[in-house]
Amino acid sequence: MTATAAEAPPPERPRPARRRGVELSLLVCAVLISVYGYAGVGMARSGAVPPDALAYGAGLGLLALLAHLAVRLRAPYADPLPLPIAVLLNGVGLVLIYRLDLETPADRAAPAQLIWSTLGVALFIAVVVLLRDHRVLRRYAYLSVATALVLMTVPILFPAVNGARIWIRAGGLSFQPGEFAKILLAVFFAAYLAANRHALAHTGRRIGPVQLPAGRVLGPVVAVWLISVAVLVLERDLGTSLLFFGLFVVMLYVATGRTGWIVVGLLLAGSGAFAAGTLEPHVRGRVESWIDPYASIAAGDGPSQLAQSMFSFASGGVLGSGLGAGRSILIGFAAKSDFILATAGEELGLAGLTALFLLYGLLVALGYRAGLDLRDPFGRLLAVGLAAILAVQVFVVAGGVTGLIPLTGMAMPFLAQGGSSVVTNWIIVALLIRLSDSAREPHPEPVESGVIAPAADPAGQQGRAGPQGPAAAEGAR
Amino acid sequence: MRRYIRRAAGLSLFLLAALLVNAVRVQVLQAEDLNGSPANRRPAIARYGEPRGDVFAGGRPVTGSKDTGEQLRYERTYPDGPLYAPVTGYSSQKYGTTLLEHAEDGVLSGTDPALAPLPFWNEFTRSRQPGGRVLTTIRRSAQEAAYRGLNGRRGAVAAIEPATGRILALVSSPSYDPGLLSGNSPAVTEAWRRLNAAESHPMLNRAIRQTYPPGSTFKIVTAAAALEARVVTDPDAPTDTADPFVIPGTRTTLPNPVPGCRRASLVYAIKWSCNTVMANLGVKVGLEGMLGTAGRFGFNDDSLRIPSGVAVSGFDRRMSVDQLALSSIGQFDTTATPLQMAMVAAAVANGGELAYPYLVERTTTWDGDTVRETPRRSYRRAMFPATAHELRRMMVEAAERGTGTRALIDGVTVGGKTGTAQHGVGNAGTPYAWFIAWAQDRGAPRPAVAVAVVVEDPEAAGGEISGGGDAAPIARAVMVEALKPETSR
Repeated sequence: MTATAAEAPPPERPRPARRRGVELSLLVCAVLISVYGYAGVGMARSGAVPPDALAYGAGLGLLALLAHLAVRLRAPYADPLPLPIAVLLNGVGLVLIYRLDLETPADRAAPAQLIWSTLGVALFIAVVVLLRDHRVLRRYAYLSVATALVLMTVPILFPAVNGARIWIRAGGLSFQPGEFAKILLAVFFAAYLAANRHALAHTGRRIGPVQLPAGRVLGPVVAVWLISVAVLVLERDLGTSLLFFGLFVVMLYVATGRTGWIVVGLLLAGSGAFAAGTLEPHVRGRVESWIDPYASIAAGDGPSQLAQSMFSFASGGVLGSGLGAGRSILIGFAAKSDFILATAGEELGLAGLTALFLLYGLLVALGYRAGLDLRDPFGRLLAVGLAAILAVQVFVVAGGVTGLIPLTGMAMPFLAQGGSSVVTNWIIVALLIRLSDSAREPHPEPVESGVIAPAADPAGQQGRAGPQGPAAAEGAR
Repeated sequence: MRRYIRRAAGLSLFLLAALLVNAVRVQVLQAEDLNGSPANRRPAIARYGEPRGDVFAGGRPVTGSKDTGEQLRYERTYPDGPLYAPVTGYSSQKYGTTLLEHAEDGVLSGTDPALAPLPFWNEFTRSRQPGGRVLTTIRRSAQEAAYRGLNGRRGAVAAIEPATGRILALVSSPSYDPGLLSGNSPAVTEAWRRLNAAESHPMLNRAIRQTYPPGSTFKIVTAAAALEARVVTDPDAPTDTADPFVIPGTRTTLPNPVPGCRRASLVYAIKWSCNTVMANLGVKVGLEGMLGTAGRFGFNDDSLRIPSGVAVSGFDRRMSVDQLALSSIGQFDTTATPLQMAMVAAAVANGGELAYPYLVERTTTWDGDTVRETPRRSYRRAMFPATAHELRRMMVEAAERGTGTRALIDGVTVGGKTGTAQHGVGNAGTPYAWFIAWAQDRGAPRPAVAVAVVVEDPEAAGGEISGGGDAAPIARAVMVEALKPETSR
């Protein structure tokens, strides 16, 4: 990022560095760290390096190498960091799940997670190779939102798991469609808001100091959002409804620059949360558990899952107990999924946890960076949307298990057990790679960067999208 | 739009900062509280994650550990549970620890810093050492003889090596198997409930935690006080005690178990256990003198540790004359643990100097390096050597030609004193049979053992109950074993 200026010979236009070599070395590091962790678990538990440590390293290394080749060939200007971060997080997640599997011999999750990770990397490669230009996605905005709504609605037909109807089960495999829906929704929001942002910001009736946007502009997007949240509430998937809410508010704000949206959004969120927290027993239980995680101990019922999670983090302290030496399995059935961060906190300590948070932070920052550097509003909004998805998800999960905010069931990106989550996150990283490639590739016409008036943007985009462009975009003009 | 992207990024940065600050709160600021929460299972899991070190008697372990494969992995086993229960106590995952299991828990569980190769090693490596060993002073044969002798009757035995204070036997009967309490299963809860509800109080350690009226065995203390106070200068000379003897300040006469106690000498009074003579001497010595002597033997000391705490043996600090008279013959409020009375015998046997009793010879790491060794310590000088010499003679007389003949051993000098203590309202309860004694091999430089036996419900309930008949044979059996050269240590 800084090198673009530093290495440039003065007379010519700076030629952006590709940095694929940096990416490759970081990937080697990420794979080595994961293998080291895997071996560490074995040493702590049985005094020997697990016999399949080499195979594990080779497998992870091969996946990383294939992903790297795809990026090197098809997105040569992409930022070098997202891929190594994803490989490292995925590798650490596999180590943690493998480590927790040792405590629950009857329920081994790591092999399945490895298969899902492989599928995730395959999809990553597919996205990087097949999606040559992110702007193509604009054409599928309405297809996206339709698919998202279908995906989210289908699980209602399937039986609930642990109180939430968010799963599709078929032939022993379970699959959480809400995970995919969030990408599709981000695509739709980005496309719609990019097309209508001026209308949203500047038209409509004014009532006193408040300027209401035109109903026909705001209507569709609010409808989509409301339907999504309603469906999720029906399915009791609080985490994801919160995520969608956050995603929508952030994208709306970035698209229109109107702080009012954030205020309205917060008011809506507050009233929604208050209603759910007082009326819905499931939610109320979680809020009460958050207010006093140790109430069940005082009541003689033993520690709650959240209290056990807090014990885990506290037990880890600053340096952690070491991989394989913690007792986070005391948390119970969700130790490998919702609460996997507690294992990281206990066994890697505050040091390891901070490192993980910073990795996520870096990934999110790279999304925003791409958003800043891109020239088309759709790309910008999509990058911001993807970054926001990661940011909100990490915050909600990590904040939940550390007692900062009430607990909502969601998967820690890349770390937690869960196939759909891993696959989805690999697709998100693939899209970020694609977006950052577009943002950083040398541009043929230097005049275009940042000089053109904003009003020209939608027109230019429209031209590229072709005759089948979104109807909403035309309606807005 | 770039401005708003920056703001959104700033918001994300704020969320990241909130996560980090909160992580510090949980993992650093609140960590100590959370780690110490009673609901946190980690300390228990770590504690039972390694086999506990063993307690040894005579070179062999009297405890063990078994791997249950459960979350609290190792449970305590007791191969000879009831026999050694008054020594080891129990180590229960559910009910904690008692006696040596409690007093030496740091060594046995591996948390004692002295087990680590370097200071702060455990803190630094976040580990604990393998559990260490506790080597007791118990002689297996003596312990077994005492347990066999009591044969399930309620009572207790305490035996001490007089010169050193090493406790050779510590038996309480009826006993229980501490292994029943080791785990945390419903069976353990049931055993706990049953043992606590049992009318025979099997978990009560009668040797060190139960006090009894010492009865006539206390007359040794009174005799020592009389000699020290020079109330009696010649033990063989007649005293001025009338028979019948009216307790001063009352119209009650004190009965004697045998005839011939009128104006009897101190030697005769000890030999045949004359109540009248000893009550009279106690009154003559006075409360101050009696308290001083009793205190030097260990009465009224609430700090005695062997290292488990020992119940206080009591001699009242404020008494009327009639109460003092009764107290001087081991009645009224005078109470003593069997260990206390063994200390009385040991002080006499050891020439008046009382060694501090102890049960733990030394503690070692799991592979045998000594962690701590209990040194021989003097408890107090209970009396002048000359007084001890006279008392030795009287106790020998009592054993050889008086009430304690059933404790005699061929080729061994035995000194003894019987006791039959009244108790209950109006002395309605079955009396306790007492016997305290010491034994010295002829040719040995000093006595090898001092012992105290109490039997709460002698077989001859309702009939003849006496220290000489019920308790003396048990004391003899223990002394016989204690006199044998130590085989394995």
